[in-house]
Amino acid sequence: MELITLRGIEKTYQMGDISVPVLKGISLAIRQGELVALTGSSGSGKSTLMNILGCLDRPTSGEYWLEGQEISQLSADERALLRNRKLGFVFQSFNLLARTSALENVAMPLSYTAEELSSSEVKTRAGEMLCRVGLADRLDHYPSQLSGGQQQRVAIARALINRPPVLFADEPTGNLDSRTSEEVLQMFEQLNAEDGITIIMVTHDPKVAGHARQIIRIEDGMILDNTAGRPTPQTGGVTP
Amino acid sequence: MRVYVTAGIALKALRRNPMRAMLTTLGIVIGVGAVIAMMEIGAGASTALKKSIASMGANVLVIRPGTASSGGVSFGAGTTTTLTPEDCQAILRECPAIRNASPMVRARAQVVYGNRNWVPNAIYGTTPAYLDVQDWSTLAEGEPFSDRDVLNSNRVCILGQSLVRELFEGESPVGKEIRIKNISFRVIGVLSPKGANMMGHDQDDVILAPWTTIKYRVTGTSLATTNQSTAATSDTVNTLSNLYPAAQPSLYPERSSVQQTNNPMPVRFANIDQIMAAANSSQEIPLAIRQISEVLRERHRIRDEAPEDFNIRDMAELTATLSTTTTLMTNLLLAVAMISLVVGGVGIMNIMLVSVTERTREIGLRMAVGARGRDILRQFLVEAVVLCLTGGAMGIVLGHGGSQLVRLLLGWPVETSPAAIATAVLVSAGVGIIFGFYPAWKASRLDPIEALRYE
Repeated sequence: MELITLRGIEKTYQMGDISVPVLKGISLAIRQGELVALTGSSGSGKSTLMNILGCLDRPTSGEYWLEGQEISQLSADERALLRNRKLGFVFQSFNLLARTSALENVAMPLSYTAEELSSSEVKTRAGEMLCRVGLADRLDHYPSQLSGGQQQRVAIARALINRPPVLFADEPTGNLDSRTSEEVLQMFEQLNAEDGITIIMVTHDPKVAGHARQIIRIEDGMILDNTAGRPTPQTGGVTP
Repeated sequence: MRVYVTAGIALKALRRNPMRAMLTTLGIVIGVGAVIAMMEIGAGASTALKKSIASMGANVLVIRPGTASSGGVSFGAGTTTTLTPEDCQAILRECPAIRNASPMVRARAQVVYGNRNWVPNAIYGTTPAYLDVQDWSTLAEGEPFSDRDVLNSNRVCILGQSLVRELFEGESPVGKEIRIKNISFRVIGVLSPKGANMMGHDQDDVILAPWTTIKYRVTGTSLATTNQSTAATSDTVNTLSNLYPAAQPSLYPERSSVQQTNNPMPVRFANIDQIMAAANSSQEIPLAIRQISEVLRERHRIRDEAPEDFNIRDMAELTATLSTTTTLMTNLLLAVAMISLVVGGVGIMNIMLVSVTERTREIGLRMAVGARGRDILRQFLVEAVVLCLTGGAMGIVLGHGGSQLVRLLLGWPVETSPAAIATAVLVSAGVGIIFGFYPAWKASRLDPIEALRYE
């Protein structure tokens, strides 16, 4: 079943009198349980596409179906609710709250959910999530007391606290060395395999992209290549 | 999102940067502290001011008998003999707006001590309540006479400062005997200096004695006669009065002063010249006037349509001064308070704006994980209100402590006012909302994409 379907997505930025087209008609489909890499050189529009996929931005035109719901024209508040329930975000620079314990960082999205959880429930759930990413002994550490890989794992736990079907990762290994990068990517693969979470990574690193089963290459606002449906390529490179 | 969750988030956010939070609240702490201190010291000063104006007699009502007239000839104010000491007691008993009242008998006579003599401005026969009515209770020396002295017509008196100067040349008069119309009085006290009143009369040029003594031993007459001639003042002492004989013919043979002293003439009823009554406060003066006139009309059996046989006069000029002063003080305090709070509020707004800029990424992140604009607005607003309320609480403690310190060190009068404290709390919360709104609104309008990318 298709989790995400884009049809003719266009995005044009208005810079004074000049309109700059960034996405020029993108159509793609991502199945449930996929591990997708979105690649492309800088300025290709992959970040814009990512923002639209992540419901942070609205396309100028086109259709966006998420779990059978057309969401391209939702209001800002409706999109906020959607982000809270269905989408998780992991950023290049972790974006953890400073001087806030790992547990509280992970529990933060729960304060914006509609359902009412008691503070003990919140703690239990955040603790379970941190165990899940292998940080059971770091619950009360501050971000400054954690290594980069550990910080990113806290960020992953935070993204998954509301059990979203989709996880977006924007250059998740950009600030990590190769060994911790590998750890984080393995965690993605594990989450993808064990929990069936659909993961969409934006990266320009072919090595990272190599972990994905579906690779979408964007160039100049259009899809240059989409490996959907092909056999999984070998790690280390992508041949267009 | 629940309010206490928001409050929790706000508190955590503030705890993450305690130094900044403290500096921010400092504005409000000083603002509210200044307000509380100003209010307390100002209220104390205002009360002291009111009290000192009141001591000039702003709350005093003078009740005098009405005008007597005969054959179309009016004898002027205070010439009927209808006021009695019992009227005074009834006023005190039946008028709740009256704090104290004293009957008064006036005389004018020569006072002799040793080889010196003096004619004081006034010799007042009264009760000890007079000192309270006139806010004159602290004596410079000695003791006031008592109600027992009044009952027994004891020959005791209290001297004003001018008499001490004129008769005693600085030596202490307490315990000495002076003579008024050849009747000796023992001086038991000296009034504290009061100076001239608003009309320029020397208020220290006075002798106070029990009214029974003055009435029965010294004058034996009422105001009706003293007003019309000088006869009553010094008929036996001053020989000059024989040249200008008193206008009043005597009905009975003249009694010697010794006879007079030994057997005071019983009078059918004792009339007094005036009653001095002090109202509880200047606000209650109109009420007091109404109550007194009701009581006196009833006691004097005056029909509803008939004119009153007495006059009640208040110190309208002083009362007006009093109320203007009070209004002025209140407004002044309010202005100062407002300025300090606005300054504090602008400080809060400043820091909150900086805080929004500084935490742009955090806002972006919160939006990315599902915070709506209004969640962000509420978070920053609650943060500002929490800052202001904390600052307000600290300010109350600081301001109260400060004013207490002023009271202890400088001895200024200070008044704690719960109203000022309540206002300060409300106003500091209000300042938080008003000056926190703009930064919070700015934060809520951020674009999550821009905010996340912000360096």
